Amino acid sequence: MRYHFDFLAVLEYWPLLVRGAVLTLVLTFIAIVLGTVVGVAGAYIRSARVPILSAVVAAYVELIRNTPFIIQLFFVFFGLPSLGLKISAVEAALLAMTLNLGAYAVEIVRAGIESIGRGQIEAGEALGMTRFQIFLHVVLLPALRNVYPSLISQFVILMLGSSVASQISAEELTFAGNFIQSRNFRSFEVYFIISAIYLIFAFAMRRAFGVVGRFAFARR
Amino acid sequence: MLLASAAAPAFADELDDVMKAGVIRIAVPQDFAPFGSSGPDMQPQGYDIDTARLIAKGMGVKLELVPVTSANRLPYLQTRKVDLIISSLGKNPDRLKVIDFTSAYAPFYSGVFGPPSIAVSKPEDLAGKTIGVTRGALEDLAITKIAPSTADIRRFEDNNTTISAFLSGQVQLIATGNVVAAAILAKNPPVKPEKKFIIQDSPCFIGLNKDEPKLLDRVNAIIAMSKKNGSLDAISRKWLGLPLPSDLPA
Repeated sequence: MRYHFDFLAVLEYWPLLVRGAVLTLVLTFIAIVLGTVVGVAGAYIRSARVPILSAVVAAYVELIRNTPFIIQLFFVFFGLPSLGLKISAVEAALLAMTLNLGAYAVEIVRAGIESIGRGQIEAGEALGMTRFQIFLHVVLLPALRNVYPSLISQFVILMLGSSVASQISAEELTFAGNFIQSRNFRSFEVYFIISAIYLIFAFAMRRAFGVVGRFAFARR
Repeated sequence: MLLASAAAPAFADELDDVMKAGVIRIAVPQDFAPFGSSGPDMQPQGYDIDTARLIAKGMGVKLELVPVTSANRLPYLQTRKVDLIISSLGKNPDRLKVIDFTSAYAPFYSGVFGPPSIAVSKPEDLAGKTIGVTRGALEDLAITKIAPSTADIRRFEDNNTTISAFLSGQVQLIATGNVVAAAILAKNPPVKPEKKFIIQDSPCFIGLNKDEPKLLDRVNAIIAMSKKNGSLDAISRKWLGLPLPSDLPA
């Protein structure tokens, strides 16, 4: 059993790898921003028990959390055009990733909101704060601080899950790997390098978000 | 030289043998729709099976279908377990060294397909168009080479995803085999993939043993007649959804 590694055969495709890695990061970053907004809005609706909307959000969360991501992606990419809404592979990937993260974020943020004691809110009311002020300062910020580690994990899962977008021809990192593999058949080396890049990205994301959290949630 | 002549039975004539036995044994595929597969009734069906029937009928003998795989079809012929191979067999120099071929009976090519509304007739016309292709397939490698740089080649994981991308309008054109295009046509989709241009042509020929001129002439005569009277065209329309090309090599 001897296998001769030939990493040069893969590295000569480095521009493809770089382009793929950049698209993976861009997709992930935009989906994190949009998905977190969806998550916070959904969590507010759920915990404030806004009539009708609350049920809609609950249905959305159940639908997304109980179906595979690749099916959601195919639904957006192959399904929406049939309804007359044509979007590119990258847009479809972004939409599916946002919807996916949004659903998980709703539940994570909601758990954070419910961890805030009733007394805190009453204290805000006693100080004469408006409902919005109370939500922003008394509830949301401490809630996010409480669930921040879970959110980071979900962000990393989202980044790793973006590899599925290669199936709809979005040319992200896994697509680059598959493409190179189909040209030089060096599958071991290709996936070795791709794995390493994902691993580095995952560690870097945890680090970066950790730093962001330290500033965003500094006790005032 | 001595060995070669000893291996080939000099006196046997396959056409005489077939006529005497009243049955012709033909190797057909069983796992390669629409050329050969098992029907709902478990009977073999397909382009090659219908062609085999045509040949047997033309010779006035009974037909014995012998299911083969692409790997064992040549050995079956060479060891005279079958008299003919009708198994979507392409002609190439290596095969020509060991067996003979009749004229072509079926089209087999990879090309670019798309709806009539998109005007494309050569690789340069692909500029600014989106083309779906299965990653790593022959068509991917070929189209990557010949398409202009402004062509948007979208690569998908497998044939079915590529087809879905074409049918849902995510790509304007599809680069694939005529057999795959036929499979799409058979579903009668709203966007019909018609042939724009051929990337690589490799029509199917009937294979037979070397040094059987009588059998070769007889089968060629039946093919020529079937091309003229439209019976091969009917088979092509039935299994590939397209008329028989007039430029099949004789």
